[in-house]
Amino acid sequence: MNKLNYRVVVFLFAFLFGIIFSIPSLTQSSEGKKITLGLDLQGGLHMLLSVKSEVAVESKVKSIGTTIKYKLDDEDIIFDDLKIENKSVKFELLDKDDLKKLTKILKDDFKDINIKQEGLKFTLTLNNKLIDETKKNAIKQAVDTIRNRLNMFGLAEPTVAKQGVDKILVEVPGIKTQADEQRIRELIAKAAHLQMMAVDEDRDARVSTMNKAEAKQYGDIILTDVSNPKQRYLLHSIPILDGSMLVDAKVGYDRQNNQPLINFKLNGQGAKIFGDFSGKSVGKRMAIVLDNKVYSAPVIRERIGGGSGQISGNFTPQEAHDIAIALRSGALLAPVQVEEKRSVGPSLGADSIRASMIALIIGFLSVVVFMFIYYGMAGVIADIALIANLFLILAIMSLFEATLTLPGMAGIVLTVGMAVDANVIINERIRELLHAGNSITKSIEQGYNNAFTAIWDANVTTLIAAVVLFAYGTGPIKGFSLTISIGILASMLTAILGTHGIYQWILPKIDKNRLDFWFGIKGAK
Amino acid sequence: MEVFKYNQPIIGFMANAKKFAILSLSLVIISLGLLFFKGLNYGIDFAGGTVIQVKYKGNAPIQKIRDILHQHKSYKNANVTYFGSNSDIAIKTKTTSKDVNVDISDQMNTLLKDTGEYEIRGVDMVGPAVGNELRTQGLMAMVLSILGILAYISFRFEWRFALASVLALVHDVTISLGALALFQIDVNLPILAAILTILGYSLNDTVIVFDRIREGIRTIKTTNLSDVIDESVTRTLSRTTLTSLTTFFVVLTLYLFGGELLKGFSFTLLVGVVVGTYSSIFVASPILMWLKFSISEFRAKEAEKLKREKERERMRAMYEQGTI
Repeated sequence: MNKLNYRVVVFLFAFLFGIIFSIPSLTQSSEGKKITLGLDLQGGLHMLLSVKSEVAVESKVKSIGTTIKYKLDDEDIIFDDLKIENKSVKFELLDKDDLKKLTKILKDDFKDINIKQEGLKFTLTLNNKLIDETKKNAIKQAVDTIRNRLNMFGLAEPTVAKQGVDKILVEVPGIKTQADEQRIRELIAKAAHLQMMAVDEDRDARVSTMNKAEAKQYGDIILTDVSNPKQRYLLHSIPILDGSMLVDAKVGYDRQNNQPLINFKLNGQGAKIFGDFSGKSVGKRMAIVLDNKVYSAPVIRERIGGGSGQISGNFTPQEAHDIAIALRSGALLAPVQVEEKRSVGPSLGADSIRASMIALIIGFLSVVVFMFIYYGMAGVIADIALIANLFLILAIMSLFEATLTLPGMAGIVLTVGMAVDANVIINERIRELLHAGNSITKSIEQGYNNAFTAIWDANVTTLIAAVVLFAYGTGPIKGFSLTISIGILASMLTAILGTHGIYQWILPKIDKNRLDFWFGIKGAK
Repeated sequence: MEVFKYNQPIIGFMANAKKFAILSLSLVIISLGLLFFKGLNYGIDFAGGTVIQVKYKGNAPIQKIRDILHQHKSYKNANVTYFGSNSDIAIKTKTTSKDVNVDISDQMNTLLKDTGEYEIRGVDMVGPAVGNELRTQGLMAMVLSILGILAYISFRFEWRFALASVLALVHDVTISLGALALFQIDVNLPILAAILTILGYSLNDTVIVFDRIREGIRTIKTTNLSDVIDESVTRTLSRTTLTSLTTFFVVLTLYLFGGELLKGFSFTLLVGVVVGTYSSIFVASPILMWLKFSISEFRAKEAEKLKREKERERMRAMYEQGTI
């Protein structure tokens, strides 16, 4: 044997590197970087959501209405006809003398808002900058909120990321049953919009015969009870306060009947508004409204300080748990819609792994055996390079903690077929040179030289296609182009450099009288 | 083992180029006809819709499922087929639901509850907007990779080589798409990946033949292009067949054992490997001839290039020695 040359040393290092760094993935040990299985292989839920950010703009307008009401009440300014129309807040002052106070409030607290005044009638609208900001904020907030909720739910490694301008990608691996999936979908979609609303005591008696339009005339809204849809309430449409002032929500139990309920706590400002309102409204009812359903509407007996309250309903412990999570992580400013959903059950994922593993093993074995039969020892050398190539692909993917998808598996299988191509080209060239009567050393060196440009150009063109696919593909397809690209690059190292090194290393062993055994040819001199 | 002898007599490929051109042209025309009249069967990734995979314990009562679904107004046009085995079925429908809380699999559970013991194994739903976006992206990917490849080959060889290889590519992709239309295979994202792989693979083959032609132009004495092509193609015949065979084996195992989800993908590749191999020999090389590639011109240019390089080297040498 010759001395170790640099090629074979590099190859052996690469081989060793491949084995060492693919061990964590192959053994699925908990330590070390490893390949994660894509949702299509391990099962899970993939959703692409879009955010209806228009709705956030509408509720922004509503919250301006709430603030106006609170500020004017606070300053004892008398007003009438406060309502929301065409995405603007409208109201009318009753006393001309309050104009000065009002102007000051509007100037201090409503900076980015267009104010139109006609006599004593005021119209407040959002300017474009604020609308844009509100929309953007709604999307960002939706991403954060959904992420918080899924993290709190307690499943391993959910992914929530913004995609494009107004889309959200949600990936939740490891969902076992359809019921679990449903719970997660509900948790994601839950608006968790908590409101305290005053009952319109003057007109509530007539609510059973009132329609929406009439209620709107009074600045009211009709909402139904959560557990009894026939029970209707007439509420002032502008809430006393909403969930944005909530600081905590926890599951508790009713002392009397042991039913689960949700205890919540408001921040300082919320507590003050809550206290002031309850102080002024003793004897009246206040409705606790979650996502436009009335959970309860107790009569206020006394001023409620401290800013805590309860939501009760006929919850199961699971429901109470999920609602508390949703409230804690905040309301969704705008509802989300599903644009794309892919859900893979764990058994389907396992089947896909099994099928593609079988294809990989059979494909691999047939190529390995074929190469040996056709090229003899030269084929075995190519097979060694092929094995090193497989380990290298796994190792590089592990180091990048890449995701292996089903098309990615197909990519690895395909790489097995294409990686030996380089060795076929080289071996054909070597055979040609041997037939032409060249020495073994010259045939090998010249063979590698002749083959190189072809292999290089061919690989670069395949790589171009793979890179474009990576740039334009989504999820699983990215996985395919990734494995193909890594496979091609690794094959340059193993199939060209590696096998060349092995030939140079074992050159003295190659018997020129046994070309059939070494290169699978007969009749060469 | 040797299938092709080293002293294999040169095969007169180019003498028969016209026959193959007629074959190729008619295949392309048939494919275009299929694409035009039958059309591609876009799957949900590109057309939008929902696919639900259901596995039954024992044989799936497919007729019963069809009857139940076709009575429901949302699923009147649902397509129910076996999916890989008698106990697996796939339900395809155009229906999609934007509401996060309304899930088609929940509705399916209500509808199918009396059809036997089953498990919903997977639900894929793609909204129409996303489908459109994916289709645009797919087309974009195809055009961009062809452009990238065209640029690279022009740079490495000559524009006529680039044009010939891209025409061969278009030939391969058209025929593969034609096969997809003929068998009405669901065209989804993995099929796009397969088509792009065919782009890369077919080119790979063509480049290797072209590389040999390029070499032949320099080493073979004749200036008759068709002789050079015949000799070069004959010399690479062994490699072309072998590599195509190993790839074909592997794709075939993927098709046979890779599971139902990879069927369409591996089918496309099977067609692509065969067509790609054929085209690199019988399509790309003759086009080179018809584009009036001239060996003497090419040699003159090469000689010119060599002269310039030598001149530059001489200058550099002089510069380094301090003569300038």
